[in-house]
Amino acid sequence: MKPAIAEPKDGTLHNLVTSFLYTIVTVVLLGIVYPLVMTGISMVLFPKQANGSIVYVDGKPVGSSIIGQLWTKPTYFAGRPSAAGKNGYDPTATGGTNLGPTSKKLIDATRAAIVALKKANPDATLPVPMDLVTSSASGIDPDISPEAAYYQAPRVAKARKMSLDAVNAVVAQHVHGRDLGFLGEPHVNVLEVNLALDAR
Amino acid sequence: MTVSGWLQAVIYFALLCALTKPLGIYLARVFSGERTILSPVLAPVEGLVYRVCRIDPKREMTAVSYLFALFAFSAVGLVWLYVLLRTQKFLPLNPQGFDNLTPDGAWNAAASFLTNTNWQFYSGESTMSYFSQMAGLAWHNFVSAGAGLAVAIAVIRGVTRTDVKAVGNFWADMTRSLLYVLLPVSIVIGLVLVAQGIPQNFHEYTSVTSIDGMKQAITQGPMASQEVIKEFGTNGGGFVNANSASPNENPNGFTNLLEMLMMFAVSAALTYTYGRFAKDQRQGWALFATMSVLFIAGFAGSYAAEAAGNPIVHQLGVSGPNLEGKEVRFGAAASTLFGTISTDTSTGAVNSTHDSWTPLGGLVPLVNMQLGEIVFGGIGTGLYGMIVFVVLTVFIAGLMVGRTPELLGKKIERREVQLAILAILVLPAFCLIPTAISILLPVATAQLGNNGAHGFSEMLYMFTSVTENNGSAFGGVSGNTYLNVVTGIVMLCGRYLFIVPAVILAGSLAGKRSVAETVGTFTTYSPIFVALLLGVIIIVGALTFVPADALGPIVEHLQMLQGKQF
Repeated sequence: MKPAIAEPKDGTLHNLVTSFLYTIVTVVLLGIVYPLVMTGISMVLFPKQANGSIVYVDGKPVGSSIIGQLWTKPTYFAGRPSAAGKNGYDPTATGGTNLGPTSKKLIDATRAAIVALKKANPDATLPVPMDLVTSSASGIDPDISPEAAYYQAPRVAKARKMSLDAVNAVVAQHVHGRDLGFLGEPHVNVLEVNLALDAR
Repeated sequence: MTVSGWLQAVIYFALLCALTKPLGIYLARVFSGERTILSPVLAPVEGLVYRVCRIDPKREMTAVSYLFALFAFSAVGLVWLYVLLRTQKFLPLNPQGFDNLTPDGAWNAAASFLTNTNWQFYSGESTMSYFSQMAGLAWHNFVSAGAGLAVAIAVIRGVTRTDVKAVGNFWADMTRSLLYVLLPVSIVIGLVLVAQGIPQNFHEYTSVTSIDGMKQAITQGPMASQEVIKEFGTNGGGFVNANSASPNENPNGFTNLLEMLMMFAVSAALTYTYGRFAKDQRQGWALFATMSVLFIAGFAGSYAAEAAGNPIVHQLGVSGPNLEGKEVRFGAAASTLFGTISTDTSTGAVNSTHDSWTPLGGLVPLVNMQLGEIVFGGIGTGLYGMIVFVVLTVFIAGLMVGRTPELLGKKIERREVQLAILAILVLPAFCLIPTAISILLPVATAQLGNNGAHGFSEMLYMFTSVTENNGSAFGGVSGNTYLNVVTGIVMLCGRYLFIVPAVILAGSLAGKRSVAETVGTFTTYSPIFVALLLGVIIIVGALTFVPADALGPIVEHLQMLQGKQF
């Protein structure tokens, strides 16, 4: 059987009326009902994640386990340079430097980051890790590489009057391997490892 | 490059191959109006939509009627989003109290989301109310993807049908795309994304004070429900500015894998659906093979470049891959794989800043778009784009062997070739001419974020991205009124001026008699055809864009090797 072909009555006016009705119907269904239902189900099944994975210490919110923070004290592991907001790590102003590989600004910033890192870690023996002298894409990268954590371990150990081995052991406990064994890169969540140090 | 880096690409591709056939069969059933596993739940909803909107799904349309329905719906959608963004201050679900957008900002975003581009001159986390995100932007994520899929199905019908000169009913194709394909996957995978850590709520941002004394506002919102359709509909417009680089949108390696699979899933499956409609699966697998070659080449190129890193930075005493603008949890391999897929398709989501990739690494996403986003491509758009290249290829093959060119037994004549060429000319016209004009205008060049050749790359990348409705960016460019207005116009031209000749081409093939294959027929499924199709795609792309690319990434690469800085 051959399908019927549209008659001329499917003219501009009919199309516009249908378009108008179709917009209303789909906005209600996909734009309003769908996200509301998704929120409802999420709140029941995964309340912690749905609410932003907020981390509490003594009942007070201190951050989100998925979002990076600015670390300034020598007793804590530091994160990567950040271009998000004026002081970095502002989740309401995410983004990278967007500087290209031949940008003088980028090379100067990287050089300065290397100098600052070496100054802050005078006892470091490992090579300077790339991730600690380059800015992330989001500006709120919560992680550093395991190499970057071990690089900082002597400074943290000294500031906390702990042995280097003890600090390294805490790091080793908090290295996340590749997801499912093959996805992404091994990393250390900075907030998590710093909380673990405080909890000792 | 590392073994583990390649391993994730290989496993990813294996998963994609495994998905292609079952999903392709499912799509063929959905768009043939057959019963599917979801029919008991969805058929009543589908019927209700038709009744309320006065749609007769059985009434098929000619190519021209199909286009008119698409245009009418697009016009209403454009106005709806514009009005929404201009009035969001007075609307609900705006806990951060964001102001209305400016006229040019709202125009740009409306054109951008209507056309499945999702180019963003705004930062979502500091601009858009939750209501604008879900009822405006995420709604367009659904319907622009649905429209692309509908058009692809119309083109497939036109190319494969011999009995009737119609290409389907736009409203029925659209509704089936939304209800049977986009919505169910969004619900299931969306919940998985929440479980993995993507927020899904309507709270205001959470104020925290860190254990180091830092004050921080933790972003919230209905993110997961938007993130899933952003990838599955190959849209790419982030809830937040950093897009899939932000842990809010892409918290770990597993979500990264899901997002990459969603970008390619439907587009890869459509090659199988095409074979199914053509009653010859070899036709579909030939397209799949062609696309796969270009995909793997793109990943290999960008991964090699990013893994090698930036020699100027290495001279400062650090070694390793280029991690500027990349997230630690992804590293070079998962970042370049994501970027390659995102620009093979029309998604344009990014999990790293392409602007900070090395010159040759960044050349890959640029070239992916310049080839026409036909490497699996955007949802629907990839397949109909590839069919246009197939028509051109059989024509060129016909010239070489001196026979009338045929596609699935149908004669390709002057009219079809003219329409194919017209479609292919849209990209160079709306990419290169505005780039050439804008690079001379201080009002545009003042917005660039980098100097030297890289600045030119930013401009070229921007106009390539908006013409192809990709939406990824060399993000150093900041918006102003000129760029808001011009890129908005280019996005509309890039989408609709390609769709018109593609659908009319399909309508012109619909109902053409098909002659049986003989020994003299130049088949469109042999390895020779795949090689020829690849050749045509690469030669058309290269002839058009090599001069422009030479001024940007290629010059910059040579400068980088000499250690020059700008």
